[in-house]
Amino acid sequence: MAMSRQGARYLLLGPAGLWYAALLVLPLAVVLVYSFGERAAAGGYAPAFTLAQYANLGSRWTAFQNTLVLAPAGTLAALLIAYPLAYYLAVRVDPKWRTVLLVLVIVPFWTSILIRSYAWIYLLGGRGIPQLLADLGLGDWRLINTPFAVLVGIIYGYLPLMVFPIYVSLEKLDKRLLEAASDLGAPPWRRFVQVTLPLSLPGVATGSMLVFILLMGEYLIPQMLGGGKVFFVGNALVDLFLQSRNWAFGSAMAVTLVATMLVVVTVYMRFLKRIGAARDDVGLM
Amino acid sequence: MQDDKAPITRQKFIEELLRYRKGSVTRRHFLGVTGLGTAMAVMGGGLPLLSPRRAFAQGIGDQVVLATWPNYHDPANFDAFAAETGAAVQVNVFGSNEEMLAKLQAGGSGWDVFVPTNYTITTYVEADLIEPLDLSKLPNYDAASFEARFADAGTVDGKLYAVPKNWGTTGMAWDSSKAKAPFTSWKEFFDVTRTDFSGRTMVHDYQLTTIGNALKYFGYSFNSVDPAELADAEKLLIEIKPHLFAISSDYQPAMRNGDAWLTMCWTGEGKQMNRDIPEILFAVGKDGGEIWSDYYAIPKNAPHRDAAYALINYLIDPAVNAREAAAHGFPVADARVNALLPPEVLSDPILYPAAELLNAQEFGAAVTLTDPNRAEVMARFKSA
Repeated sequence: MAMSRQGARYLLLGPAGLWYAALLVLPLAVVLVYSFGERAAAGGYAPAFTLAQYANLGSRWTAFQNTLVLAPAGTLAALLIAYPLAYYLAVRVDPKWRTVLLVLVIVPFWTSILIRSYAWIYLLGGRGIPQLLADLGLGDWRLINTPFAVLVGIIYGYLPLMVFPIYVSLEKLDKRLLEAASDLGAPPWRRFVQVTLPLSLPGVATGSMLVFILLMGEYLIPQMLGGGKVFFVGNALVDLFLQSRNWAFGSAMAVTLVATMLVVVTVYMRFLKRIGAARDDVGLM
Repeated sequence: MQDDKAPITRQKFIEELLRYRKGSVTRRHFLGVTGLGTAMAVMGGGLPLLSPRRAFAQGIGDQVVLATWPNYHDPANFDAFAAETGAAVQVNVFGSNEEMLAKLQAGGSGWDVFVPTNYTITTYVEADLIEPLDLSKLPNYDAASFEARFADAGTVDGKLYAVPKNWGTTGMAWDSSKAKAPFTSWKEFFDVTRTDFSGRTMVHDYQLTTIGNALKYFGYSFNSVDPAELADAEKLLIEIKPHLFAISSDYQPAMRNGDAWLTMCWTGEGKQMNRDIPEILFAVGKDGGEIWSDYYAIPKNAPHRDAAYALINYLIDPAVNAREAAAHGFPVADARVNALLPPEVLSDPILYPAAELLNAQEFGAAVTLTDPNRAEVMARFKSA
């Protein structure tokens, strides 16, 4: 029996394990080794053992700064927009419309993000929304190629990833708890703050993580809607590999990005746990 | 019927490519944006009934992979090549020479023919990424019909590695309805960006031209790698950055819809915009700038070497090359081709600037592409 259980474990973990070993662990190891190397004379990688690449990270500080500001800001904005929508879909909407509305949330994914970003270039460009605002006498607006445009693109692109986890956690919510709160005299806002919101936190956490992690590596949206002026770590990486071909420095930056992400995600998870624990304490009182 | 198996019909593909060419969708860096910058287009997908017995007689295989720039060929020529030889041309479009070099350095590119610019060829030779050409397989190549300055870079250490495709300049294009006076120099380009054109200027997302033209502002060489001169260029670029509309080589859409009024611009694209929107003018800097020449070359270990030679030989056939030029609009260095082009093309001031203007331009140097300091200056400018 022990054997068969063992066998089952290998069978279950084997495919994913091989996949991760070959396509995640191994490449990461290569990146780590490269990060201690040097740029070859005409670009590329030359073996070495130096910390020079890490010492040079300061020269890309702005990229880290932009990423570390816009990724959380984008996550927060997406959360603030997604939560009411998810709440409406899970709690308020007439069930006969629910499926249709849920499908509508996914529909944008049927078109490539590249194409949709191109559409935003025209919407935010001089002949798009700014033209409309000017015609309405609302002044001269420049929207495209600004951090605002990048934020719009980010929220637009990642909103569905935020909506769904929150929707799922709200949909599972046990309505009897709300009735109980009501019976105990809690007004609606209090029912929301003390029952609904805490119980939907796992969805919020999942959605935020999904969006945040993807945003940390974002490249396309700042490139297209930021006009090359809003520079993320992802853009710095692409330039290092495809333009200046400094693979060693690029690897050091990639390693740093992964490390930064691990730290931020760990801190965030701790923070959520503490909130959860605090809620439980309040509950007990 | 035979096209049913093709992933995209030839008709459809050609329509798409024509849209590209008109510039309604793209330009040089078009899909630098997609990350790896490889907008990959599959031509034909095989033409089972059309491919004649001759194809098998020639025995060059059924496909050939070409790495080139956007808007740079007449797709009908690829069709004719496929019909004649049985080898379908698969086109990979690139955004920059750096990207091409990066791909070849990484290995396994699978390319048979690629289109490097003059200043990259010595680097390819040093890195052993390119093979000398066997002229016996290129009967259509006639060295005597090329002006030396457009063909020189193809020969390294006495060996021929590449044959000329097209040449051109990197100048500036602007919306004349917004400008008080025509632009004539890089000095004006940057000065007006700071004032009247604030928020309306684009520079390339390409260190070679953006830094090179900033160097020209101070009268330095386009190819300078002198740290003090580069520091001046960097200071200028960082100072004008808040006044830029964008740092992007995909400038046609913004110029065409009026968001941008001034941009660094490659000749043929200046012509494309000027043809559709006459208010958009193009000039090279009288204070200098870049003149370039692109070449056909064959990378080491090309999987379809015979087809590679056949394709190059076909494309440099004067009649075919004339059709190419008519489609993409870039000047050709081959005198035999120019003899076939309409005289108004050859007298076009955008494509063929006056001799004294042309003589002020510099060819990019190998070190300009590979110098690590220039790469860092560009990175600091972009992230500033």
